[in-house]
This record gives sequence, structure tokens and C-alpha cells, in this order.
Amino acid sequence: MKILVPLKRTADPDNANKIKIAPGGAKVVTDGLEPKPNPFDEYAVESALRLTENGTNPKARLAGDSVVVATFGAKEASQTLRQALAMGADSGLLFEASDENLDGDLVARALAKVVEREKPDLVVMGKQAVDGDSNQVGQILAERLGWPSATFAMSIELSQDKKSVIVGREVDGGVIKLKLALPAVITVDLRIVAPKSITNHVTPQTHNYQEGARYAPLPMIMAAKKKPLAEAPFASLGVEGVKTSYVKFEAPPARKAGIKVKDVPELVQRLRAEAKAL
Amino acid sequence: MATVQTYRAPLDDFRFILEVLGYDAIHALPGYEDYDLETVLSLLSQADTFCREVALPLNRVGDKHGVKYDPATASVTSPPGFPELFRKYVEAGLLSLGHPTEFGGGGAPHAVALFINEMITATNKSFSMCPGLTQGLIEAITHHGTDDQRARYLPKLIAGEWTGTMCLTEPQCGTDLGLLTTKAVPEGDRYRLTGTKIWITFGEHDYCDNIVHLVLARLPDAPAGIKGISVFIVPKVLEDGTRNGITCAGLEHKMGIHASPTCVMSLEGALGELVGEPHKGMKAMFTMMNVARLNVGLEGVALGEIAYQTAVAFAKDRRQGRAMDPEKRERGAAADNILVHPDVRRMLLEVRSTNEAMRSLAVFTALEIDRAAKATDPAERERGADLAALLTPVVKSFCTERGFQNTSECMQVLGGSGFTADWSIEQYLRDLRIAMIYEGTNHIQALDLVGRKLPADNGRSYKTFAGLVREAIDRNAGNAAIADLVTALRESFSTLNQLTEWLGSREVDGEVVGAVSSAYLNVFGLTALCHQWVLQAEVASKREGKFFETKLKNARYFAHHVLPRVDSLAKVVRAGKRHIMAFEADEF
Ligand SMILES: Cc1cc2nc3c(=O)[nH]c(=O)nc-3n(C[C@H](O)[C@H](O)[C@H](O)COP(=O)(O)OP(=O)(O)OC[C@H]3O[C@@H](n4cnc5c(N)ncnc54)[C@H](O)[C@@H]3O)c2cc1C
Repeated sequence: MKILVPLKRTADPDNANKIKIAPGGAKVVTDGLEPKPNPFDEYAVESALRLTENGTNPKARLAGDSVVVATFGAKEASQTLRQALAMGADSGLLFEASDENLDGDLVARALAKVVEREKPDLVVMGKQAVDGDSNQVGQILAERLGWPSATFAMSIELSQDKKSVIVGREVDGGVIKLKLALPAVITVDLRIVAPKSITNHVTPQTHNYQEGARYAPLPMIMAAKKKPLAEAPFASLGVEGVKTSYVKFEAPPARKAGIKVKDVPELVQRLRAEAKAL
Repeated sequence: MATVQTYRAPLDDFRFILEVLGYDAIHALPGYEDYDLETVLSLLSQADTFCREVALPLNRVGDKHGVKYDPATASVTSPPGFPELFRKYVEAGLLSLGHPTEFGGGGAPHAVALFINEMITATNKSFSMCPGLTQGLIEAITHHGTDDQRARYLPKLIAGEWTGTMCLTEPQCGTDLGLLTTKAVPEGDRYRLTGTKIWITFGEHDYCDNIVHLVLARLPDAPAGIKGISVFIVPKVLEDGTRNGITCAGLEHKMGIHASPTCVMSLEGALGELVGEPHKGMKAMFTMMNVARLNVGLEGVALGEIAYQTAVAFAKDRRQGRAMDPEKRERGAAADNILVHPDVRRMLLEVRSTNEAMRSLAVFTALEIDRAAKATDPAERERGADLAALLTPVVKSFCTERGFQNTSECMQVLGGSGFTADWSIEQYLRDLRIAMIYEGTNHIQALDLVGRKLPADNGRSYKTFAGLVREAIDRNAGNAAIADLVTALRESFSTLNQLTEWLGSREVDGEVVGAVSSAYLNVFGLTALCHQWVLQAEVASKREGKFFETKLKNARYFAHHVLPRVDSLAKVVRAGKRHIMAFEADEF
């Protein structure tokens, strides 16, 4: 089974230097922020690795399985791919592009081209990137490919014959399980990296994964230097044109200080009179 | 309040130091081809994540629980989480990175391993001693073991299946190893060892199944004193699986590093094998000591760093008093942030301006060790070995003493919150104090510098060092942007030269050396730090950006506020021994 994981290098929004907005609201300024792989994409890599290994020997993919990671971004985004290779992915594809010339729709069209070439059985990706928070690429990609998709995955079970998956989707009020025939697109949520969220019928049921995306052991970082990483211009994919245009950026209004209420009746009264919540 | 533990490895500083010190030349050495600067930084960044997220949360736990000894089984139980921490450390490849590839290591340059040591020491000093000692043992067997010994021990040690210790100290023998009495009697091609060793770090623990002890002992025909010491490998579990006669007889209670067991080890006919030649043990110990001492020196940098970061986090939050300058008072606030007070800034700068230069000096020394090991040109190798030998005692003593002072200064920034447990600085201070004592007390480093390193080969290593300082001064003679720094270096270097010359003169006898060598080492250290600052400032003055501006400001603080202490120390050196030796013993 071959899995494609698209990755995005994002400016770490949790960084102490904080995101700023350029004067006039022209754009978001990310200077001084540490570039990081989008965390949801890291979870997607982790999920793809768990699907293609015996958890007791996480260093090797199962015979016939592979994980390909791809990104559209600046040259430095190859670092992000190397990180995924160090975690255990087999090969990387960098299509050089500037973030400003991409939007969700174009990325989805470009990914469709990558899928045509790479012919994966499954695309696993983050539900959204933590910079734009758009949450669209997975959905558009599935639509364009005409593949089934499941978003907000918190569990994945690969069938024994590797022809379908059962995906637990996080929805308001609980979890919905969908069965998808492969090839398919899955976008993952936070809880996909819980110790037992992925089943592939090879990793023993008793095996507990470490919560979160795995650390790349240092020898794997060294080994990743020798794994194939192909670079090509974005134009080589033969898609172009963004549909989104930005009018203006504004910081959200600062939070107002809260108030303390003395008892429940006062709380109810204020919720009713001031917040109009009741 | 919950405990605050805050740390982020200064990766930008790591990168800058490697650039300034010409890491490319080390990367070009045979065997280091894979370790280009970008790769090194991604390794260090990964190691930082590990240290912060896995090792640091256990640091307080270790301090509180300590290690427990069970007399019935002579076993030691670690604080919760520590054996798993060791396993994870090994799995993450942190232990093996700097060791030879032919035995399963990563083959990284010493300088790279040094940064990893800094990070793990900063985040969990007690724990770091176990991989640290194992590293020392690997170094010893690599250089002095036979092929057969290397094949039998190194793969297991590098894979973290076994750990190592150094067993030197005995009740009657600390600094003066000539007093050592543990005996080794030949039996077949092995030896039976009997005696008592004390204060053996990680002599017993529950991280893994076997512990390999490197034990100093005397053969029956050994000459008396320091010339009659041999080195043995004594494993806890023998090759046939039986328990060897070396056991832990108890643990010390101590000021700090509570999660690091300090063991009394009793040898009762324990089977061992000789490493290197009979009676030549001390020679073998010295070659591995450079790396071990360098790492101890770095403990001062590591804990100074985490204490600094903690103090900054506190200072940015704390409000007390008003700014002297009304313009700087925050309107509407009852008090200003304490960073407005010049003295709070002074304390933080005392720490930062010394710590960044000490780190740089330690890395400089490590790069020379790499050069000594791998350069193809014999003259390069000689230069590396000379500089490493000369600077190692300076790094060990200066960085631990100053690091302790720095950590204490950080405590002062926090006021009462530093002394109480919430911000963990009191633990860092307690954990660091030992670094001035073990691995040869700091004064022994000073004696080594003055008594051994300066006179060796007609002062060749000092000449090499002096040549480098002079080059830096000459190269920057016309660099107006850092003229004040160059002048400061020229002055303290001139003082250092005069003192060095005087120490080699006839009027200086052994007692004078004993009386003044510690002060001299500090003059040496301050001058060497200023040299590092000039090297950094030279590069920073040609670049643009906040990081480089801050670097230059730090260099200036150092040159104008820290370096002047050279003058008072020089006075102390010149005072000689007279007023020290004037006292009769009964006057103490
Ligand atoms: C927590 C801890 C861990 C340790 N781990 C280990 C270990 O793993 N393995 C091991 O073998 N040892 C270990 N040690 C022992 C340590 O290396 C010794 O404590 C150290 O070498 C100093 O010896 P000492 O304590 O006997 O002091 P002493 O040698 O008794 O020295 C006392 C004082 O006299 C001074 N002095 C001694 N000789 C001279 C001299 N010739 N000239 C001038 N001044 C002198 C010293 O500088 C010191 O100030 C450890 C100690 C501790 C506390």
C-alpha cells in the first residue's frame, strides 16, 4: 500500500514573538516566528507510518508499503520533508512555490496532479493548516479525484485485505464511523495520535503507541539525508491561478476583562439581561 | 504555586558559535563528512525537543524522590520515570551519536556531542551523569583497550545495554591517587580485585542489567605511589551470567544531584581484566580526562543557561518599585517591571555575557579535540592536542566556578522566589556545586595548568594560544566597530603574558604556584573569554539583525564590566605566597 501525505511548513503560531499584522492590514507578518511543520500534517505522517508498519519495529515499512511526503513551498520547506523522512517516510517531493501564490483550491488541484503521478492508495493529510485554518484542501481534493473521503479522523482501521478503511470521525456529540473503499482521502484530527487510534492488523492489539507524533531518533535524521527527495518547480505540475483574494487583515478584538458574580441567581440574571444567552 | 521549569536550547547561539569557530573545517575532516552544519542543527533541534519534553519534567521528581538503597539486595531504586528516561534517551540516539561508527555509534564530532551534553545537563543534571560516565568509559576503552576488549564492550555500551562508571576514589584517597590501596591479584589471564571504592557515581542502578566499572588498583609488584596504578575493567555481571564480586554497600546523602546514586562499592575478589599496560594506569586516565573535564566544565554553562532563562522569565513578569527615570515609568501601573532597574539588568548581564563566551570556549576546545583526532596534517593534530590540553583545565575550573556564581546571581534576580522551591533555581544551584569538586578539584586544575600545561614542550601550547589571540587582535586592528573590544583584549592579554612569564621565572617556587595558580587561572579564563567575544564580535559586526546587535552589546558588557577584574586578580597573583604562608598551623 502506498500512502501520500501532503505537508505544509507553517510559522509557529505559538511562538512567543506572536503573529503581527502589517500596517493597513495588507498581510499577516510572520517575521521572527519559527517555521514548523503544520502539527496536523505531522499527525498525518504519524498515522501513515502506523498504517504501514509493525508497531513493535517502527523503523521499517511493511513489505510492499511506502509513505511519500510532498510539499509546495519555499526551498527551505525541504527541511520539513527531511523531518518526515527522519520519522520514517520513504521519499519526498518538493514543488517550489511561494505561499502567497497558493490558495486551498490551487493546492488541491496541484495535489490531484501529484496523485495522478504517484498513484497512492490513500492520501492522509491534516484537517487544516494552523496558519490559514481554512480546512478545505482535503475536501476539494477528494471531490476533484472523485474519491471517497473522511474528514476529522480520530481513528483509522485498515481492513485485512487493505481494500478499505473504517474511519472514526469526530463530530459534534460523538464519533461517526464511515467505511471507505480505497483509494480515498482522509484528513486527521488531534486524537488520531492517541496510543491505540490506528489498527492495521499487523501491529499487535496490545501495542501502545506513545501519544503524539514520534520523535525522529538521531540516527534516522542521518539516514534521512540519503533518502530520495526530488525538487521541481511548481509550474511543472501544469496548474495555476488562485481564486482567493484577500481584502484586509484585522487582529481579533482584544478580550475584555471578565467579571466575578457573587452567586448563581446573579449569574442567571446577568446571562439573561446582559449576555442575552438565556 | 506549581513548579516552573523553563528551557529552550539556545540553538541560534549554537549555530552562531559553530559558524564563528569555523565549523566547516571540522566538517571537512575525514569521517565527519555527513555532519554538515544544517544536519548538525537539525540533530540539535531534535535533541532540544527531547530534553525539554522528556527529561526536564522529571528533574524535580528526581530531586524530591532521590535514589533508594535496599541493603537486603544491595540494589538501588531510581526515582519514578528514570529507567524509562534512559531507555528513551538511548532510543532517541542521544547516547550513541558521538561514538565510533564501527561499534554502532553515530560518529559525530565531539563538538556536536558537547551541545547534546549541555542540553541534557541543563534539563536533568542527575540523569546526565549516567550517559556522561558511560561516554568516559567508551572513550577509555576506545583508546586503551585491545581489539578484543573493544569488540566485547563497546557495542553494548554504545547501544545503552550496559552503562559505565569510573572507580578512582577511596576513603583515604581523593585527590592524591598515589594513596590508593585496592589490590589486583593475577588469576589466569584475569585478576581478582579487593578493596573499597567510595562516591562512585551510578555504581549501582536499575536502568539496565549490567554495569561496567573502570577500576584503578595496584598489582602485587606495583611501585609505590602514583607510578604503580593499573586500570581494570570489572563488570557487574560476568560473561557467563554470574554476578561478579563488586557490590554497592550504600549510598551517600548529599546536597544535590539527588537522582544520581553516589555509591560505596565493595570489591571482594571481583574478576577484572587489565586495560593498557601494568602500572601505566594514570597515563591512560589522562587521555580520557580531557573530554570528561570539558564536559564537567560545561555543567556550569548548562545550569547557568537554564537559571538565566528562568530568571529572565521571572523578571519579565515581576513588578516592584519605580523606574528611576520618570520617562520609563509605566503610566497607570502601581509599579514597573523589575527590568527597569539597572542592578537587575546588571545581574542578568553578568550571567549572559560570561555564559555565552564560556560556551564558545568549551566548543572551541572540543573542536581542537576533533582536530587532534582527525586532522591529516600532523602539525594540525599537534596544534589541536596542545590547545585542548592547555584549555581543558581552564574550562573545567573557570566555567564551573563562574557557572555556580552565575546560578547564584540568577537566584538573586528572583529574590525570595529564587530561594524557595517554586522556580527550581535552588535545585540548579545545589546540583551544580559538585562540579567544582569532582573530576579533579578546581584548584587541582589550576595546578595542572601552571605546573604541567604551561611548561610542557617549552611552553609550546601557550605560544600557540597566544598566537591565536594576537592574530585576532591584529586582524581587527582597523575594525572601528569593535575597537573598544580589541583594546580590552590587548590589555588583558598583555597582563596574562606578563603573569605567565613571571610564573616561569626562578623566583616562583612550588608554594608560590600553589598560592596563586587559582587566581592566575581566572585571569587566563577571563582573557580567553574576551578572545571568544572578539571572534564573535568580528563576525557580528559585519552582519545585520537583532541577534547580532545583541551579541555586540553582550561583548561590550563583558569587556567593560567583567573583564576589568583581570586587574585585581593580577594584583593577587603578584602578591605571591607571603601573606598566605605567614600563618602557623595553630593559628587556623
Ligand atoms: C557526588 C560525588 C560524585 C563523585 N563521583 C565519583 C566517581 O564517579 N568516581 C570517583 O572515583 N570519584 C568520584 N567522586 C570523588 C571526587 O572525585 C573527589 O571528591 C575529588 O577528587 C576530591 O577528592 P576528596 O573529596 O577526597 O578531597 P581531598 O582530596 O581530600 O581534598 C580536600 C581539599 O584539599 C585540596 N587539595 C588536595 N590535594 C591538594 C594538593 N596536592 N594541593 C593543593 N590542594 C589540595 C583540594 O583541592 C580540596 O579543596 C565523587 C564525589 C562526589 C561528592
